[in-house]
Amino acid sequence: MNRRFINKDALIRLVLLLFALSSLLFLFTIFVFILSEGLPLFYKAGVSSITLGMKWAPTKGYFGIFPMIVSSFMVTFGALVVGAPLALACATYLSEYAGKKTKIFLKPSLELLAGIPSVVYGFLGVVYIVPLIREYTGGSGFSILATSLVLGIMVLPTITSISFDSLMSVPAAFREGSLAMGATKWQTVYRVVLPAARSGILASFILGMGRAIGETMAVIMVAGNALKIPTSLLDPLRTLTSNIALELAYATDDHRSALFSTGVVLLVIIMSLNLLANFWVKRRVSR
Amino acid sequence: MKVRFHGLLLLLLMPLVPCCHHGVQGASGGRKTTVTVAGSTSVMPFSEKLAEHFKIERPRITVDVQGGGSSAGIQACINRTVEIGMSSRELKGDEKILRQIVICHDGIAVVVHPRNPIRDITLEQVRAVYGGKIRNWKALGWIDRNIDAVTREEGSGTRGAFEELAMRKTDIDDSTMVQDSNGSVKEVVATDPYAIGYLSLGVVDAKVRALSVGGVSPTVKNIKTGKYRMVRPFLYLTMGEPGETARLFIAYVLSKEGQGILKKEGLIPVNE
Repeated sequence: MNRRFINKDALIRLVLLLFALSSLLFLFTIFVFILSEGLPLFYKAGVSSITLGMKWAPTKGYFGIFPMIVSSFMVTFGALVVGAPLALACATYLSEYAGKKTKIFLKPSLELLAGIPSVVYGFLGVVYIVPLIREYTGGSGFSILATSLVLGIMVLPTITSISFDSLMSVPAAFREGSLAMGATKWQTVYRVVLPAARSGILASFILGMGRAIGETMAVIMVAGNALKIPTSLLDPLRTLTSNIALELAYATDDHRSALFSTGVVLLVIIMSLNLLANFWVKRRVSR
Repeated sequence: MKVRFHGLLLLLLMPLVPCCHHGVQGASGGRKTTVTVAGSTSVMPFSEKLAEHFKIERPRITVDVQGGGSSAGIQACINRTVEIGMSSRELKGDEKILRQIVICHDGIAVVVHPRNPIRDITLEQVRAVYGGKIRNWKALGWIDRNIDAVTREEGSGTRGAFEELAMRKTDIDDSTMVQDSNGSVKEVVATDPYAIGYLSLGVVDAKVRALSVGGVSPTVKNIKTGKYRMVRPFLYLTMGEPGETARLFIAYVLSKEGQGILKKEGLIPVNE
C-alpha cells in the first residue's frame, strides 16, 4: 500500500517535470529555428554589413538594419521616460500609502491594463494621439513621440508590478526604524524604502524595456515605419519588430532570411536585457 | 492586419495542404471540389468577389482565396501548393516557367487628402517627392508644409509596379513612411491632410482624391486608350496545364460575366 503511494507520487513528479521541461523545449526549438533561418545570411553578407549597414533594400541586396536597432532603442528609451516615473509613483503609492480599499481597486485595474491587446493600444494611438500630434506640432504625427506615448502606457503594468513587489519585500523593520528615528513618512519612503528596493526597481525598468522593444503591432500602427534614423521627436521610424511583421508577408529568399536575421539581433538584445535584469535582482539577494 | 495574418497562415499551412487539389474528377462527377487561389493582396479582394459569384453558378466547386503577396503566391504556385497563383507584378527570371493569364489591368493612382487643392502632378514631381528631392507642398504650389509621403513595404506588388512605372531608376527615399497594405495607405492619406500616397485604382474611393498625372486622370477610358501610363496587369498563374476545376474558374473570370464584375470594381477588363 505504502509503496504504491510512493510510486504514484514519483510518477506525478516525473510527469510534472516533463511538462516543466517542455517550456525549455519550446525555447530551444524557437532558438534553433530562428538561428538556422537567420544565421546563413550573416555568413553570406557579413555580420557588420547587417548590424551596422545603413541601407535596407533586401530585394536589391542591402540588408543594413542599423537604423532599426537605433530606432528600437530610441522608442524604448522614450517609453521609459514616459512610463517609468508614472509606474514608479504608482508602485510607491500602492506599497507605502494606499489603504486596503484603494489597493483592491488599483491593483486589478493595472492588471487589466496589461491584459488589453496591443492592437487596441495601437488603434487608440492612430485615432487620438497621432492626429493630436499632427495638429499641434506639425509633421505627420506618426513619430517617436506618438510611439513613446503609446509604449509608455503599455509598459506601465510591467514596471509597476515588479517595482511594487520589490518595494513590498523591503522589511517592515526598515520603515519602523526610520520612523522611530523621527523621519517623516516621505523621508522614510524617499531615503530608506526606495534605496533599499533600488535593484528591484532597476530590474523592473529593464524588463519594461524588454516589453517595449518587443512590442510590434501597436508600434507598426503609430510609428510610420520610415527607414531613416529619426532626427527629431516628430520623425517616423521603424523598429526591429515592425520590420519583421511589415515585410513578412511578401518576403522570399534572401529577403526572408534578412527578416530572420533581424529576429536574431532582436533575440540577442532581449536576452541581454533579461540577463541584465536577472543580474540586478541577484545582486539584491546577495547583499 | 488581415493581410499579414493571411500571409502567416499561408506559410504555416503550406506543408499541410495536400497536393491532390487538382480536382480532375470533380466538376463533372458532381463531387465537391476546391480550387485554391493565393497570392497578391491587391488581387485578392477581386478574386474573392469572383469566387462568390462563381459559387452561385457552380455550387459544387469552392474557390478558396488566400493572400500572402505576389511573391508568396508565385512560389506556392511553382511548388504546386496552390493551383492558381495571383500576382500583381510581372514575372521575373525563374518565375517565367509559370503559365500566366492576364485577368485584367489595374491603374496605380497617386492619391491625396480630399481637402488638398492640388489636382494634378507630373511624373517628374512624383519621382521627386518619393525620391526625397521635393519635401514641401510649396514646391508643388500649395502651402509651406512638409509632405507626408507614404509608400508600401519592400516586396509589395503595388510598390514593385510603382517603382517600375513611376520611379524608374530613382530609389524611394528612406524618410518616406511605410504602410503594409492598400487599406492602411488609404487610411493614412484619408486622415492626414498633408499626405500623399499611391494605391491600386480599384480601392480608391471618396475618402481620398486621385490626382491626374501629367494632365491625365486615372479613368478607365484613359487607361484603355493608353494615355494613363501607371498601369499593371493582374495575373493568374498556373504550373503547366490547370486542372479541370481551375480551368473552369479561370474561364469564368475571363467570361463576359467575370470581366463585368471586375469592371464594376474599377478595374480594366481584358479583351473587350
